[in-house]
Amino acid sequence: MASVTITVNGTPQTREIETRVLLVHFLRDTLGLTGTHVGCDTSQCGACTVTLDGMAVKSCSLFAVQADGRSVGTIEGVAKEGKLNAMQEGFWQEHGLQCGFCTPGMIMAACALIERNPKPTDHEVRVGLEGNMCRCTGYTNIVKAVQTAAAATAAGKR
Amino acid sequence: MYASEFEYYAPGTVAEAVALLGKYGDDAKVVSGSQSLVPMMKLRLSSLKHLVDLRKVPGLTGITESGGFVVVGGMTTHHAVSVSELVKKKLPMMAEAAGNIGDAQVRNLGTIGGSLAHADPSADWPAVLTALDATLVIASAGGERSVKIGDFILGPLTTVLQPAEILTQVRVPLPQGRYGGAYQKLPHPASRFAVVGVAAEMFLDAGGAVQSSRIAITGLGPKVSRASSVEQALQGKKPDAAALKAAAAKAADGIEIRDDLIGSAAYKANLAAVIAERVLARAVARATNR
Repeated sequence: MASVTITVNGTPQTREIETRVLLVHFLRDTLGLTGTHVGCDTSQCGACTVTLDGMAVKSCSLFAVQADGRSVGTIEGVAKEGKLNAMQEGFWQEHGLQCGFCTPGMIMAACALIERNPKPTDHEVRVGLEGNMCRCTGYTNIVKAVQTAAAATAAGKR
Repeated sequence: MYASEFEYYAPGTVAEAVALLGKYGDDAKVVSGSQSLVPMMKLRLSSLKHLVDLRKVPGLTGITESGGFVVVGGMTTHHAVSVSELVKKKLPMMAEAAGNIGDAQVRNLGTIGGSLAHADPSADWPAVLTALDATLVIASAGGERSVKIGDFILGPLTTVLQPAEILTQVRVPLPQGRYGGAYQKLPHPASRFAVVGVAAEMFLDAGGAVQSSRIAITGLGPKVSRASSVEQALQGKKPDAAALKAAAAKAADGIEIRDDLIGSAAYKANLAAVIAERVLARAVARATNR
């Protein structure tokens, strides 16, 4: 067992956990934040993507103890005061999802992507989201959603 | 999938880390970016008892130029290498390779030292660093030792690293003269590991002929291979399209190629020749324009 303090969506969370608990299981099972999904559980699909100190990572690919003292962002922390953020709004407007299973991971990866590259080309969006798989939409609308969000974010910052 | 139970340590110095590794021997393992080790632990391919995380050890990340070398800390992420202005300017093939490892999330956590210590036979770094003639710095309780990349990897997932040693630095000599390097791979569609990857560093003489070259191939054999036949075929030649094609055709010579689900040995040998030709052309173009 180990004691960890991980700041999740801005709130420090201290828990006693087994060292072998993956970050994704800490989020889902220990904290009850089930917005982060487990898809493949083999670091391929990206459904479990969260941010760790602002960087997109696959939360099934590290143990929660490795995030001790660090900040994690999940899909639950994206909307502020009941208002969708630009990326969520983009996925809504452009129909960037069908079943929605990959969407939390897509949104976390896409938010990190436009943070790093505020005006990506379509190709850069596709490369940037290579680690996230969608088995429904064929990605076209996901790229549109990210571009819509990037444009809205840029307009909002002007 | 749950890993078997283990004790976790996050020491603050290299000395503490190697002391822990010395104490627990084969039951302990170092974790860096965790992108290979944690999946192996989840699959119970590794059931270590003591996990020593280097994330709190200062001085193991970062990229600097010093004494004719680009020095990359072992804990430096692939992402950090891919965006480094120093690397992009001086050693573009390193940035190219780093930016195509795995995917964005993997590059954000995975590290150059972790990848080398893991020694996957399809990894990108062994080929790139062989072409660049890198030296690895390894720390232990007794101090430091340096090992050439060519002597570091012994076979699949096997290196010369002893249980109580840590790979702390990758030192890449800055090439001199008219040089150019390039790396390209056919990525596996799921893992993005190299089905075949070819790295080439070419040196041209004043007349534009090939003075020397270092060419390395990953993905084909049990470990990275030096494409000596290609190097010999290029030696002293004008690197025109015909010469590059003829040399690249020898890319898989002497390598015991693994058949697997991705393709037959013959397919991979052909792929190696095709990729080698493209890589050589890009390396020559860079050397010519320097």
